[in-house]
Amino acid sequence: MRHTISVLVENEFGVLTRVAGLFSGRGFNIESLSVAPTLDPTISRMTIVTSGDDQILEQINKQLNKLIDTIKVIDFTGEDYVEREMALIKVTAEDDTRAEILRICDIFRGKVVDVTPKCYTVEVTGSPAKVSAIVDLLRPMGIKELVRTGPVVLGRGPKAWKAG
Amino acid sequence: MKLTGSKILLESFVKEGVDTIFGYPGGTVINIYDDLMDYPIKHILTRHEQAAVHAADGYARATGKVGVAIATSGPGATNTITGIATAYMDSIPLVVITGQVPTPLIGNDAFQEADIIGITRPITKHNYLVKDVKDLALTIKKAFFIARTGRPGPVVIDLPKDVQLASTNYEYPDKVELRGYKPTYSGNARMVEKATKMILAAKRPVIYVGGGASLTDAHQELLELAEKINAPVTTTLMGMASFPKTHRLSLGMLGMHGTYYANMAVTNADVLIALGARFDDRVTGKIATFAPHAKIIHVDIDPTSIKKNVRVDLPIVGDLKDVLRKIVKSLDGVQDEVNEMVAGLQAWHEEITGWRKDQPMTYKTSAQEIKPQFVIEKLRELSNDDAIITTEVGQHQMWTAQFFDFLKPRTFLSSGGLGTMGFGLPAALGAQAAFPNRQVIDVSGDGSFQMNSQELATLVQYRLPVKIVILNNNFLGMVRQWQQLFFDKRYSQTCLELPIDFTKLAEAYGATGLRATKPEEVADVIKTAFATDGPVIMEFKISREENVMPMVPAGAGLNEMVLAS
Repeated sequence: MRHTISVLVENEFGVLTRVAGLFSGRGFNIESLSVAPTLDPTISRMTIVTSGDDQILEQINKQLNKLIDTIKVIDFTGEDYVEREMALIKVTAEDDTRAEILRICDIFRGKVVDVTPKCYTVEVTGSPAKVSAIVDLLRPMGIKELVRTGPVVLGRGPKAWKAG
Repeated sequence: MKLTGSKILLESFVKEGVDTIFGYPGGTVINIYDDLMDYPIKHILTRHEQAAVHAADGYARATGKVGVAIATSGPGATNTITGIATAYMDSIPLVVITGQVPTPLIGNDAFQEADIIGITRPITKHNYLVKDVKDLALTIKKAFFIARTGRPGPVVIDLPKDVQLASTNYEYPDKVELRGYKPTYSGNARMVEKATKMILAAKRPVIYVGGGASLTDAHQELLELAEKINAPVTTTLMGMASFPKTHRLSLGMLGMHGTYYANMAVTNADVLIALGARFDDRVTGKIATFAPHAKIIHVDIDPTSIKKNVRVDLPIVGDLKDVLRKIVKSLDGVQDEVNEMVAGLQAWHEEITGWRKDQPMTYKTSAQEIKPQFVIEKLRELSNDDAIITTEVGQHQMWTAQFFDFLKPRTFLSSGGLGTMGFGLPAALGAQAAFPNRQVIDVSGDGSFQMNSQELATLVQYRLPVKIVILNNNFLGMVRQWQQLFFDKRYSQTCLELPIDFTKLAEAYGATGLRATKPEEVADVIKTAFATDGPVIMEFKISREENVMPMVPAGAGLNEMVLAS
């Protein structure tokens, strides 16, 4: 089963390798991982998408907590949360496809952020499923390059996760 | 007070109560070694950095204190890896200081540079590269704190040469606060109550003890619990010395080379009380048939150990000593029920006695050949009760575990988790440095001994009178045993064909060498060794193809022991 986990860690040298090494060393799977500092610059927040059965997820959770640099681990599975991912898609724009690309972009509330005579770069934000959907629709036009950030999540409602 | 980094390191050692360190100098730690001459810290110069770490490990296992080792950058640091991994697998508190090339050179493939932080990340509890001398004192404080608290383990501090030379105001912090590291010591009261109920309902209880009992010095509490509920106790290799093996409730070791009766007891138990143990595959055998009828209570300070490889009915996270006290106290409150429970265990004890009589831990004696088990029994008979025994890894290690009656805590130091050949001699060195007046004995095989035999020099130099038993069969015996049993006697690369004269080797280093080739010489050799000052090698030419029995074949269940060779 797919799980999205947020990890609050010390914003220190080597933390990313500790987390990544934990997954690789124990054969756990990482589908995506994104990381950046939080409001408190001494803390970074990682969002990790992983998968496995309950026992594996329990181990992942415990192993993450065991790292000295880990301050908090939040598994959003079963919680109500907002999940967003961004993608930049460089797509071939010929005369006969330019209008269609713009229409698709419009439907997904995407933006064209770079234009050349032969190519658009489209920015789109949404759930991973939505991003995958626009990728599928643009694919026939000829995607030259694609980058996805991997999802980030926040729980819904007023409750906020903080360190400590 | 303004001090250089290297002085800060040594001042901090003094503050942490470090009296002995083990190490090997080199270019990037030369300043530390220079300053060391002015500090009241005993330094033991081993002949290999791996041995320095094993020695610090042996010191830590024997004393319960944090062991400290120092090595230079590059090859010095990479030589510490096996030592660090050994300590990590057995949860031994160590602080290992490695020199590093100056910070501007890091990443430049400088002379004797290695990314030791990257290399040791998966085999340390934590590690630090100190880039600013201002962070040094706090980092050392954190390192000792992390090493000794919670589930103990090794911590590496990588110290670049320019940081050792830089100066800053020194003040050693009184305490340290790590927001991401707060081990749970106190066992949850509700869980303790549940455990009590589970124990009281048991008809076939077994207590299964691991290294946690030794790490928390919980032997007294363990004895109280066992006697209170009159439950049989089996230990892992790491738990061995925490429960007296001659106690009526002792089943000895369980697992691959455990006793038949311990394995049968676990297989038939209805409540298994796992204390500071982690259900290693050498202990459980096939998971599916491990304690199939038992409700499992698992006490461990490390939540990741719980439910890692076996199902657990009642997890209690906490310090073993604390949890045991609470369980005993809780049982004290219901003495009538305890009496009733104990009265109901008679059938269980009779069944266990039956298994004991059926398949006692024994071996075929010989009047012609020296049996290794006989040497171990004689060693027990002729050594002091508080003698510290270390082992290497292999057949001799299992014979020691099977046939040496350990009576006192922290008297058996062996590499359980990683299974490191070459551990025993330097570990004995470290233990002897901690306890100069106790008997310290390294039980070794001819294969393992040669992995760190250079430490004979260290023993002689520092007058550390370690007694070394070499059970010499000219084989890598454990692998040969597997080849005999599972590979049709195809002895691929396990015969150590060149016979070594270990007595001459001892003499070359200025130690004493003794040899026994017949059973009747064994006792005399041991007696002479104990009566001799300084380190002694006792070489016993043992029956070459003796096997460690009984045995659970790899992948089989505990109830599928192979009983005789």
